[in-house]
Amino acid sequence: MEVEKFNYDNKIVKYFAYATIIWGIIGMIVGLVVALQLAFPQFFNDYLGFKVLSFGRIRPLHTNAVIFAFVGNGIFTGVYYSLQRLLKARMWSDKLSYINFWGWQIIILSAVLTLPLGITSSKEYAELEWPIDIAITLLWVVFGWNMFATILNRRVKHLYVAIWFYIGTFVAVAILHIFNSFELPVSFFKSYSWYAGVQDALVQWWYGHNAVAFFLTTPYLGLMYYFVPKAAERPVYSYRLSIIHFWALIFIYIWAGPHHLLYSSLPDWAQSLGVVFSVMLIAPSWGGMLNGLLTLRGAWDKVRDNVTLKFMVVALTCYGMATFEGPLLSLKNVNMLSHFTDWTIAHVHVGGLGWNGMLTFGMLYWLFPKMFRTELYSKKLANQHFWIATLGIILYAIPMYVAGFVQGLMWQEFTPEGTLVNADFLKTVEALRPYYILRSIGGLLFITGTVMMFYNLIKTARKGSFQAEEPAEAPVTKNLKVSTKGEYWHRRIERKPVQFMILSIIVVAIGGIIEIVPTLVVKSNVKTISSVKPYTPLELEGRDIYIREGCYNCHSQMVRPLRFETVRYGEYSKSGEFVYDHPFQWGSKRTGPDLAREGGLRSNMWHYEHMIRPKDVSEGSIMPAYPWMRTDDLDISLTAKKIEAMQTLNVPYPEGYAKQAVADLKKQAREIAEDIVSNFEPDVLKNVNKEELIRDIEKKEIVAVIAYLQRLGTDIKASDVPK
Amino acid sequence: MLRFIKHNLTTIEGIDIYPLISLLIFTLFFAIVLTRVIRMSKAEVEELSNIPMDAEESRVIQEETVKQ
Repeated sequence: MEVEKFNYDNKIVKYFAYATIIWGIIGMIVGLVVALQLAFPQFFNDYLGFKVLSFGRIRPLHTNAVIFAFVGNGIFTGVYYSLQRLLKARMWSDKLSYINFWGWQIIILSAVLTLPLGITSSKEYAELEWPIDIAITLLWVVFGWNMFATILNRRVKHLYVAIWFYIGTFVAVAILHIFNSFELPVSFFKSYSWYAGVQDALVQWWYGHNAVAFFLTTPYLGLMYYFVPKAAERPVYSYRLSIIHFWALIFIYIWAGPHHLLYSSLPDWAQSLGVVFSVMLIAPSWGGMLNGLLTLRGAWDKVRDNVTLKFMVVALTCYGMATFEGPLLSLKNVNMLSHFTDWTIAHVHVGGLGWNGMLTFGMLYWLFPKMFRTELYSKKLANQHFWIATLGIILYAIPMYVAGFVQGLMWQEFTPEGTLVNADFLKTVEALRPYYILRSIGGLLFITGTVMMFYNLIKTARKGSFQAEEPAEAPVTKNLKVSTKGEYWHRRIERKPVQFMILSIIVVAIGGIIEIVPTLVVKSNVKTISSVKPYTPLELEGRDIYIREGCYNCHSQMVRPLRFETVRYGEYSKSGEFVYDHPFQWGSKRTGPDLAREGGLRSNMWHYEHMIRPKDVSEGSIMPAYPWMRTDDLDISLTAKKIEAMQTLNVPYPEGYAKQAVADLKKQAREIAEDIVSNFEPDVLKNVNKEELIRDIEKKEIVAVIAYLQRLGTDIKASDVPK
Repeated sequence: MLRFIKHNLTTIEGIDIYPLISLLIFTLFFAIVLTRVIRMSKAEVEELSNIPMDAEESRVIQEETVKQ
């Protein structure tokens, strides 16, 4: 029998592993900073009130860093290690491996640079601007190419279940990223979403929902199916379950979106069937969890001294909790309470810290001793990390759950007379402060643990000797395609990766098409409201500043048709109001009040002062100050181009309006500036030239922001509101 | 939150066919996978689940190669 000798590439795994840890720590520290900003807003305003540190700009940096830098590099670490071994083949091209590595780090670096500068598309978890979107697409192709070429050049017959998850991940992420990133560039750093309003929201949350599924879940399940059996030194509990689990998961995840949205248009019998499947939605997720946990059956004694397994057990438990909670949160009455509150934040952190974080740690503790051919530097330290991280998760999640309940209930509370008990939104914010402080402590613990791990692993690396090229051998298998008679059908598919990929594309695409097609035709079904008009050039510029500052991170623009919302904010939002919103700004969290009906509620002067010093205007406010809006000139160099871009997107500005836009912008700015100055206290105006002051203010960004805020929701206060 | 805008989707003409198709395809697909998986032989299951295990894996492959 002919045996072929070759080497596994461990260097690429080491690179990705270090990147995972370093970006992980950075992403978590940014998270801690944003958490502290909410807990101690005064301190940050007084001493760290820099533009680039503003909450709205660095909260997306936290989410992106954790998702794409920490978990992203974690995926590549695990895939590059396990894929080679499961296929008994070195990665197909070293060149592609390292392009994958450096390219991904450059993309992350560009996110670190652009997001604090306010260069953002404002679509949550897809904030990066169009040139980076294109780079991500190319990089993803490099990864896929390298992976498939390796699969095609493998020395084993069958593809192990972990690899199906990798393939599913590759296919689905590609589809999601491309569909959600359709945008029209205005300049190198600015683009507008191709979709508007309702449609934009549907595409965005189709992406959001499935990004959780296919970036944070499926690749990590693949890693789980490799590393849990490896660490436990026994095969996975049920391979049968893993097959069902895989197909059900990729199908249902994509299918769940349209299912929720189109539910009421189903006939009764199908609805009943749908209910059955809704319940079963939990099954594929729990199938995975149970499969992982049951792999340890009869080996629980190993969990006691195997630190990797400890982390994996907590990871799987958190996965189970988060996937049980997910369907729960989609229930109407639960969602009514939980939506826009910190409950969502608690939920995602059980998944992020628990499932992704702990699994990554477990994997790294297993990988380093293996690759550096030595024992872990300190088992004790690793155990301490385990406990400190677990405690961190608990201290993070519980206060956030409580904060979610508290705020959700406070928003809904009515007096017997039928008025809101907490009509002042700030009361509901002040109540959360202790929880915000506790949550920061939880986060701090989690980071401390991660730093301890870094130290432990570096020490391990120093102690051992790294094996960059790990020798391996495998018998030459010439005829991978020959099938034996009576062979199980799935094995046949597994052997043929191209067919397998096509099948998974079809499976994902069926769900995708079934959701995307209605989403694409929905535009024509959104009732237009004749009083809803495009934004004026000044409002449009103001809106872009609103996007730049990431206001959507804390303010929603969506009044739900619920009594406690309409009493607080006014008329509920209509789909037709958003038809010119490229991109939509509904937000997903209310750290501050909803702004959908903000227009006309307060004076220009109020907004002027509030933007510069929020706390002076509303006592107890935790909103960051934006003094630079008063000092920075509004950039109008792109205004005409922006109007033209909007026209390309079918926003009905009159033909040739772009030429007139700047003049109109200046006129409106002048009016607002005049109004503000006329409201200044007389003694402020004593020693200044009023005209000069107006000329100063009218050029500033703040005027555009005020124009935008004063426009919000005012269109349908006009006449014809459809029912 | 999307539930508050879903009337836009559910009132599209002929839209009911979409969830119905997806439901049927899924049910069918699921049924097929389920029956095939149940009918899988124990030896096969064992072999496949042993893939990540080093010693086991090479032994299995060796045997197969010898057979061919």
